[in-house]
Amino acid sequence: MSEKTMRDAINEALHQAMAEDESVFIIGEDVAGCNGAPSGKVGEVGGVFGVTSGIYKEFGPDRCIDTPISESAIVGAAAGAALVGMRPVAEIMFADFIGVCMDQIVNQMGKFRYMFGGKSKCPAVIRFASGGGFSAAGQHSQSMYQVMTAFPGLKVVIPANAYDAKGLLLQAIKDDDPVLFFEPKALYQEVCEVPDEMYTIPFGEAAFLREGDDVTVVAFGQMVNRAVAAIDALESEGVSCDLIDPRTSSPLDEGAILESVEATGRLVVVDESPPRCGLTADIAALAADRAFHSLKAPVKQVCAPHSPTPFSPELEAAYIPSVERIQSTIKQLLA
Amino acid sequence: MSLPKKKLLQAYRQMKTIREFEERAHAEIMNGQIAGFTHLYTGQEANAVGVCEHLNDEDTIISTHRGHGHCIAKGADVIGMMKELFGSSEGLCKGKGGSMHVADIEKGILGANGIVAGGPPISVGAALAARIRKNKRVAVSFSGDGSVNQGTCFEAMNLAVVLNVPAVFVIENNYYSEHTNIEYAVGCDDLKTRTEGFGFPVFVADGADFFSVFDAAGKAIDHARAGNGPAGVFAETGRFHGHFVGDPQHYRADGELDDLREHSCCLKRFREKMAESGEVSQEELDSIDAGVLALIEQSVAEAKAAARPTPEQVGNDVYISYGTG
Ligand SMILES: Cc1ncc(C[n+]2csc(CCOP(=O)(O)OP(=O)(O)O)c2C)c(N)n1
Ligand SMILES: [Mg+2]
Repeated sequence: MSEKTMRDAINEALHQAMAEDESVFIIGEDVAGCNGAPSGKVGEVGGVFGVTSGIYKEFGPDRCIDTPISESAIVGAAAGAALVGMRPVAEIMFADFIGVCMDQIVNQMGKFRYMFGGKSKCPAVIRFASGGGFSAAGQHSQSMYQVMTAFPGLKVVIPANAYDAKGLLLQAIKDDDPVLFFEPKALYQEVCEVPDEMYTIPFGEAAFLREGDDVTVVAFGQMVNRAVAAIDALESEGVSCDLIDPRTSSPLDEGAILESVEATGRLVVVDESPPRCGLTADIAALAADRAFHSLKAPVKQVCAPHSPTPFSPELEAAYIPSVERIQSTIKQLLA
Repeated sequence: MSLPKKKLLQAYRQMKTIREFEERAHAEIMNGQIAGFTHLYTGQEANAVGVCEHLNDEDTIISTHRGHGHCIAKGADVIGMMKELFGSSEGLCKGKGGSMHVADIEKGILGANGIVAGGPPISVGAALAARIRKNKRVAVSFSGDGSVNQGTCFEAMNLAVVLNVPAVFVIENNYYSEHTNIEYAVGCDDLKTRTEGFGFPVFVADGADFFSVFDAAGKAIDHARAGNGPAGVFAETGRFHGHFVGDPQHYRADGELDDLREHSCCLKRFREKMAESGEVSQEELDSIDAGVLALIEQSVAEAKAAARPTPEQVGNDVYISYGTG
């Protein structure tokens, strides 16, 4: 056990999974880096976020594969290799680039098992860096996981800390179905205690991060830390909240959310994506449908407005839900 | 090829403006004044200018993540651009787009683009409009040696041939896509020939030499404007900075950057040519330099003083809004 960043925890999971299972390989743009370059330093980059650092040096060119800029072909190649028994982990860099390879994810990889009558496996993992916070504007800041959650046939994972990232990624690699793994890029440098050995966290099991009586707060990804800060600050005002991080949006731990809402009677759902057809609306609908009689107040969504992510730092700060917004929404329910 | 003196001065001024804009943007990023991801065009200026000097306001360009140079060359307001990089609400895109999305529709600039190869299909659409309206306009898209490996780029090139539209595909080969060399990422030996395989002529240029690009781009643009369908320009070039500001550039050979700056600087080359031909004096070029530096200084001063956006502006320009909370 030692303190690790989320970046290092994911990197460690990849190293360990590759050492344990020869069918695991990684593929993507610059996951090694410097291929064909005059410096000869192949492998020096390890992904534009440094998450695959050192993997080329340890596992070589057959298992750490750089590609041209061709996201459809990257996802397709991962899906195809998985169909014939490999366990690829592809990196698509920014989650926004799903726009380029949507067909291979949604119509191909995500449908094989069902359309082939349950006779195929597609154990591919696709990793993405998601979310805002870098003034990266409309094409490099989206979370995208809320969109992908809508498609049956895909599992969708959103770790909110280094510990979960490692355990969930190891689970994703072992899983026989396609898994989309969203790494909130604002959290890459965040540190927590992470075991050195391998461990897995099952999908569909929420984490309870705070326990309280007044309000249930459900938060995803980058929003989890902000929800923690909001809830902790309210403690001195005598307000106590349950905080649930579902960790996987598909499968979703509906039971954990409903049980908590039945106890508190109040629900705030927090995500950094826009409101329509997103996770906050989805979970609000779950409560309305299945916990209606327990509700003492309207269900509140704290999310981005219905707009693309703006570039300007001030605008982006207003766009992504803040600790203050989460706090005032919780208080509003108790007023 | 001889050009009128006015044109020579203009070409040099544009290249110098791009150079100084980029160098100053670099400094302001290092100072923490400019947020976000910025990709600098320093070293490639002759490509943008050699192409855009053939275009008028009605022609369109569409650019890439490395878009400042293309936008300046096509006539974008430099002060409005600097304000945009600083995230001001007075910027060309009101602070909504930033470096990767600079656009000026009135000047025929359909935008820088954060998605690699997002541009070429859109450019085919602009070219199709020109064909339908028979207005002799051309639509230029810029791509890098990495961008041309994307399916959207292949589709756009083929569609342009099928539809016989005045689309011009400019490929700037600076040898790298992020940290990967073209030797690895382009499977065939010769990208120019691969591009011609789509069925249009491709004219080769030395991207460090304004006159070479101007000549090749002239042939491609004339071909498209005359109604003969798409054409391409393939230019060999080099970027003087990393892929993005902060890139450690592990891919470079020892001395590669010094060599590029020494032997592939379009401004130096231009000055040498003028010294040889005597068409423009070095003093005239010096005075352009001074004017450009003053303009860039002014752009930064204005950008720093410009209005900042306010939170309610987040929801503007998105057609529909929904209240939450
Ligand atoms: C669809 C998509 N994939 C990947 C990226 C990340 N990316 C940005 S620029 C770039 C390299 C582009 O190389 P090239 O086309 O040669 O242009 P250059 O950077 O050399 O100007 C990559 C991979 C992106 N922005 N969009
Ligand atoms: Mg390039």
